Amino acid sequence: MQLALFLIFGVLAVAGAINLLLQRHPINSALSLVVVMMSLAVLYFSLGAEFLAAAQVIVYSGAIMVLFVFVIMLLNAGEEERTTGSKAAYIAGFPGAAAIFCLLSFVFLSERGNLGFAHLGGHLNAAVSNISEISTVLFRDLLLPFEVTSILILVAILGAVVLARKEQ
Amino acid sequence: MIPAVPIAGYLVLAALLFSIGVGAFLIKRNIISIFMSIELMLNAVNLTFVAFAHMWNRVQGQIFVFFVMVVAAAEAAVGLAIIIAIFRARKTLNVDQINLMKL
Repeated sequence: MQLALFLIFGVLAVAGAINLLLQRHPINSALSLVVVMMSLAVLYFSLGAEFLAAAQVIVYSGAIMVLFVFVIMLLNAGEEERTTGSKAAYIAGFPGAAAIFCLLSFVFLSERGNLGFAHLGGHLNAAVSNISEISTVLFRDLLLPFEVTSILILVAILGAVVLARKEQ
Repeated sequence: MIPAVPIAGYLVLAALLFSIGVGAFLIKRNIISIFMSIELMLNAVNLTFVAFAHMWNRVQGQIFVFFVMVVAAAEAAVGLAIIIAIFRARKTLNVDQINLMKL
């Protein structure tokens, strides 16, 4: 079950990411990014992070991507054209990204024995749910960072309103 | 017996998504597409956090992902507002033509 979920949604996530890379039109990229985020939500669920799976669907695929699609449609963004700047990125960027991937995979695969295996649903049993455990830590040990986050959101709201306002 | 998935599999998947995000960040010329590849990289890092939280049987990693999501939401709101302001001033979204802070 775990293996099937990992293979299906891992391949779906990678396919969505590659489609994001190849598509010229921003709206196609945005929709393939939604595919990646939904697949990641299923992977979170299979790793025992039910709260994060729900938050991923609601916050990322729901709120953030709708904001992206709104802005793309508002600005009437058409197909992008390739220029000389992106040719340099082709020459230097793809080997760099491949080098990052090779380095990270080498480290992870060489430490494969120490990392262990994933079990469906994690260590939780029926008595303690993931959400109650998260809320215990979040509202007891990490209350101050959580409250500071609300100030961050407030500043972001004000900043967005001020920046997007039409100048008089 | 179905073989179990190693944690390293999730980490390699996250590394692959992150590298694709880096590649997309470099070759995309539309400023909104560049912004979306940043979101892809954030998501890849979130998968790493969840995999390690699963491995250690702790929820602290999941709370870190929660904070990353909050910061990403704030970043998307402000960033898209900046993009709208740039588009009003320049009438373009191509980053090659947006290379001066002054009009």
